[in-house]
Amino acid sequence: MIEATLFAIVVYDIAALFFQFLNSFGFIILATVGLAIIFGMMGVINLAHGEFILIGVYGTALAYHAGIPLPAAMAVGVVVTTVFGVVIERTIVRHFYDRLLDSMVATWGLALVISQLLLIVFGSSLDSIGTPLGSVSYGPFSSSIYRSVLLPAIAILVLAGLYVLFTRTEFGIKARATIEDPETARAMGIDTDRMYVATFAIGSALAGLTGALYAPALGSITPNRGGTFLVEAFVAVVVGGPSVIIGTLSASGVLSLFNAGGSFFFGTFTGQMLLLLVAIVALRVLPDGITGYVDDWRQRRREG
Amino acid sequence: MSTQDINVKQQPAVAATGGDTDTLLATEQLTKKFGGLTAVDSVDFSITEGEIRCLIGPNGAGKSTLLELITGQLSPTEGNIYFDGTDLTGLDTHARIDTGLSVKFQSPHVYENLSVTENLRVPLQRTDRDTQRVLAETLDRIALSGEADTQASELSHGEKQRLEIGMAITLDPKLMLLDEPVAGMSIDETDDVAKLIRSLHDDGMTFLVVEHDMEFVRRISERVTVLDQGSILRQGPIEDIESDDEVRRIYLGEDA
Repeated sequence: MIEATLFAIVVYDIAALFFQFLNSFGFIILATVGLAIIFGMMGVINLAHGEFILIGVYGTALAYHAGIPLPAAMAVGVVVTTVFGVVIERTIVRHFYDRLLDSMVATWGLALVISQLLLIVFGSSLDSIGTPLGSVSYGPFSSSIYRSVLLPAIAILVLAGLYVLFTRTEFGIKARATIEDPETARAMGIDTDRMYVATFAIGSALAGLTGALYAPALGSITPNRGGTFLVEAFVAVVVGGPSVIIGTLSASGVLSLFNAGGSFFFGTFTGQMLLLLVAIVALRVLPDGITGYVDDWRQRRREG
Repeated sequence: MSTQDINVKQQPAVAATGGDTDTLLATEQLTKKFGGLTAVDSVDFSITEGEIRCLIGPNGAGKSTLLELITGQLSPTEGNIYFDGTDLTGLDTHARIDTGLSVKFQSPHVYENLSVTENLRVPLQRTDRDTQRVLAETLDRIALSGEADTQASELSHGEKQRLEIGMAITLDPKLMLLDEPVAGMSIDETDDVAKLIRSLHDDGMTFLVVEHDMEFVRRISERVTVLDQGSILRQGPIEDIESDDEVRRIYLGEDA
């Protein structure tokens, strides 16, 4: 009898840890993809990435509160962020391609402007949106189906979609050619300028999608929530390295393992600390990230 | 101006505005200054459809600058470039490629991370030609059929050069610009490239080739243009150029 109870407790614990992992995994992937594409493809670190996501959140929330059903409101959030991204690319970011540090300063300034504008225009917070789909309870725990099942599934679908887009389509081959060697790409008849706009638009759309998906999962919606997304995205890009899809996937896996484990056993704060600690160790051991290390290893094996 | 055509027939450079069907490419008073240095100085230069023209001259004569002006990597300080009835001046590189121009740079610019076939697909993206057939034909032409799935980083120098010529071919250009296509190649590799150029020429492709290797120039070329200090020093048939005293002193004398 006692053994059966113990067994149940262990199963509950494992289930809770697993759902926590999925929750964190989905969050890190979705927070990261937009930033990773813009960094991996264009050599620009968009420190306003968190605020781009926030624009997706605000677009969704404002549309929802105006009476539009949630899925349609999410589409509004994505569209608004994409349009905003294209405008920013044409006016600001295009001057900073392959100027990593300059791009960070410029987009950091942009981030401040966006969050202050949101504060001035919409006040200190918007009404929150209830999380759909409810939750499952088991033993002493309960997990949100939306955050721990649906969002991680969408995250994986997004990565799979990007993989197909960048390896199997005409656009993907053109984009990779442009990134690797823009001069040759132009000599091959590719309008590289258009490829940059399109790539930045995709990165922005993904930020918008992340904002739209997390709008009903954030609780209160305030102009300073951008940082929540940026920190994890930034850490994941650093740990993952230059390869967008494999990097994002592997970094999200490793980081959410530590984050979920830390949060589950010692609380959310410890989970966050562990995340940063892993990032620091990873930077020391693998300065080019996980995929940078894998590329290096492949190179050495080929040569020797 | 030191321009002097050895050929009896003087080529009217301005004929290029579209009326003359024979002239494929023409530059009109083309000038490029870098600060105080004039790299290309009021050059009137034209290529007739169907020829293989070689551009020679000492280092710093302005050969590469002229090529980069034609491709649009540089924009001219003054002058115009006409190609096949279109004024190219002010067009972006990719738009010039769309008019039927194709370029192969000096050092191999292949995509190291892509396979041979994927490399050939990059330029193919913009044509509506039958992809599979063109790929097979091109691989055969550049003698890389056996390496179709090899990653480009594993090819030899000569194979990379051939692959890049293949990429330029898949654009199906009217005029191909080649910047030192056999630099750093072995005798056998040079031989392969010469045969490739001749066979493409037999199919009607026009070439402008910047080259140092006079042996190679002799093998492929009918007419040669000699650039010196940004201006055209001489142009004409290869035999006349090689026997010209001035050219021998300024350029060929270097290695003779």
